Amino acid sequence: MITAAVEEREHYLNASYGIKSWLLTKDHKRIALLYLATITFFFFIGGIFATLIRIELLTPKGDLVSSDTYNKLFTMHGVIMVFFFLIPSVPATLGNFFIPMMIGARDLAFPRINLLSWYLLVIGGLFAIFAMVAGGVDTGWTFYTPYSTSYSNTWVIATALGIIVAGFSSILTGLNFIVTVHTMRAPGMTWFRLPLFVWANYATALIQVLGTPVLAITLVLVFCERMFHIGIFDPALGGDPVLFQHLFWFYSHPAVYIMVLPGMGILSELVSVYSRKRVFGYGFVAFSSVAIAVLGFLVWGHHLFVSGQSLYAGMVFSFLSYFVAIPSAIKVFNWTATLYKGSISYATPMLYAFGFIGLFTIGGLTGLFVAALGIDVHVTDTYFVIAHFHYIMVGGTIMAYLGGLHYWWPKMTGRMYPEGGAKLSALVIFLGFNLTFFPQFILGYLGMPRRYHAYPDEFQVLHVLSTAGASVLAVGYLIPAIYFIWSLRYGAVAGANPWKATGLEWQTPSPPPPHNFEETPVVTHEAYDYSATIGEAVQVG
Amino acid sequence: MASELHVETLALREQFDTASQQKNASTLGMWIFLITEIMFFGGMFLAYTAYRSWYPNVFGAASRTLNATIGAINTAVLLCSSFTMVLAVRAGQLGKRKAIMIFLSLTMLLGLAFLGIKGYEWWEKFQEHHVPGPSFHMEGTPLQGQAQLFFSLYFAMTGLHALHMVIGVGVMSVLLLQAYRGKYSAEYYTPIDVGGLYWHFVDIIWIYLFPLLYLIDRHGPKP
Repeated sequence: MITAAVEEREHYLNASYGIKSWLLTKDHKRIALLYLATITFFFFIGGIFATLIRIELLTPKGDLVSSDTYNKLFTMHGVIMVFFFLIPSVPATLGNFFIPMMIGARDLAFPRINLLSWYLLVIGGLFAIFAMVAGGVDTGWTFYTPYSTSYSNTWVIATALGIIVAGFSSILTGLNFIVTVHTMRAPGMTWFRLPLFVWANYATALIQVLGTPVLAITLVLVFCERMFHIGIFDPALGGDPVLFQHLFWFYSHPAVYIMVLPGMGILSELVSVYSRKRVFGYGFVAFSSVAIAVLGFLVWGHHLFVSGQSLYAGMVFSFLSYFVAIPSAIKVFNWTATLYKGSISYATPMLYAFGFIGLFTIGGLTGLFVAALGIDVHVTDTYFVIAHFHYIMVGGTIMAYLGGLHYWWPKMTGRMYPEGGAKLSALVIFLGFNLTFFPQFILGYLGMPRRYHAYPDEFQVLHVLSTAGASVLAVGYLIPAIYFIWSLRYGAVAGANPWKATGLEWQTPSPPPPHNFEETPVVTHEAYDYSATIGEAVQVG
Repeated sequence: MASELHVETLALREQFDTASQQKNASTLGMWIFLITEIMFFGGMFLAYTAYRSWYPNVFGAASRTLNATIGAINTAVLLCSSFTMVLAVRAGQLGKRKAIMIFLSLTMLLGLAFLGIKGYEWWEKFQEHHVPGPSFHMEGTPLQGQAQLFFSLYFAMTGLHALHMVIGVGVMSVLLLQAYRGKYSAEYYTPIDVGGLYWHFVDIIWIYLFPLLYLIDRHGPKP
């Protein structure tokens, strides 16, 4: 009976049908699903490249692919994963879907721009895929000059264009979020009643808006240099390749926070709801997001420690880099403090949250190693760095993303995912992840350089462990893909608020109506005030 | 009045509760877009500043080959266009359809005049072999690479600015068409307001480009 009622009610999925109703939709919830499908596609493409890399590295000799092909594999793995999966991942899907709902709005401020930004990501992705199909690109995802402008005989321009276009997608998403949070909040939704997920995405949007244009102009200059040899990065004409590195990392270091900050926002939601406690130190957690966004713009030089930057500049950037640890640590400590004396339940999203806290801590602490000038000279361009940023990007962002996806799946689809399979896959991913990347710390410390497809025999054991872990990880990622699709038809009906959470997104039916709320909500509580939901439960039951 | 109210309701998009909310959102959106534009141009300003400080002599000599008179005339043209843009916004506030159309047209014409003069300047560069490429040559310095670097940046920066002008003229023509159709009134003229912000921004970029490229070290030795 309940099922029948759910199917009859009008919601955003059954409000209209047909391809056109999706491709021309202005509904932020549908656009979020378009993004979800798109980035999942790119995630698996990037995953295929990762798989080939790991298989190649099983043996010390470069026997599966040639060194040129290997260069293309790690480049395309990086390009796809960074620009077409990680950067849009949380903001464009979960952020797009839930920011308007969390602040009690009917939609984002600019729905048409929101749709445009999805098309830009797709067009950018098509450029990148064209480059891959046509023969690949081998510069590394960092496009260092003068290799990318004068020497590489691969599809640099197509890839760069793809990234520029996808960058505008990211800019427009950020712009939309900032304006939405400023102008669309429901009555009573003050800034300090905003869920921390909104704060985190707001801080992320600031970086997207301030950083991405610099990447765009940098790649435009690379494009001009490669097409017309105008000399801006060419030492033969007096140009400076290190200037490229400065411009590139001015965006690409903050981009790390574009990738991880929204994940931290998810964590604040998860830790609170599954320990049934308000987040410890709400204000600190909120402002630590903004602090990370600001400090993130002051540390790019730590990517240039061995690029001929002056020692003085290196010391200043090293010093500043440590400061990022402060707001990051505030978050980790406040999440753990939230757990203290909480009523903790170990639902799947919470398992991912625990995974995030542990792995992000390792990733963050090893970040302090590489921020230290002396140690970095030893480990720079080794697998230590690879392991470090995969602990942040994969162990952090993807863990949080999957946690968020499980947490909000009932709201997005109206169906529960199967808890048993989900817990199993969370465990498999956690184990597979550590088996893949922990050996890489040791490899890097022992001197295994990144971007080599052949290596001395003594590194083989660790590489085999890493590849074995990658296989486990791949299985771990496939399981959710299967049961999420399965749950669309066979999952238990979720109800409006299966987690007894406090956010406004849970105060409306699942899946939500086309305009999110039957009537505009009025907010009278701070976020994470569980006494209110308990009160309602008592009244109802 | 009744018809204006009708326009007003048509213009209010469904995600907004009130017209003032919609106007705030549009205006804030444009300001944030302009911030991204500052960062976009900022990358080039940084590159220019770095190279200018590394190669002050050659950059000074190259800068002195530019025609400052034409640059000054173009600056004046652009400032006038900003003035007519302000008048268009004012006409929007007062809901005077005809005045809106006149001032938008004037803004557009001045923008096109700027582009025409800019095009003439570029054509001159072609004549003088000051366009980066195999036939590049600047008299009076053995450091042809550094001189070419100046002109690379000159063309990149003025070219990108001109592209923004072209987009601006396009925006003006859309606004003009909508004004002709009677879409704007004293209650609803946000697009003119927001389009004006963009126009002024492009103007301001030129206000920085002109002294940076043409005027610094103007009275040093001629090449």
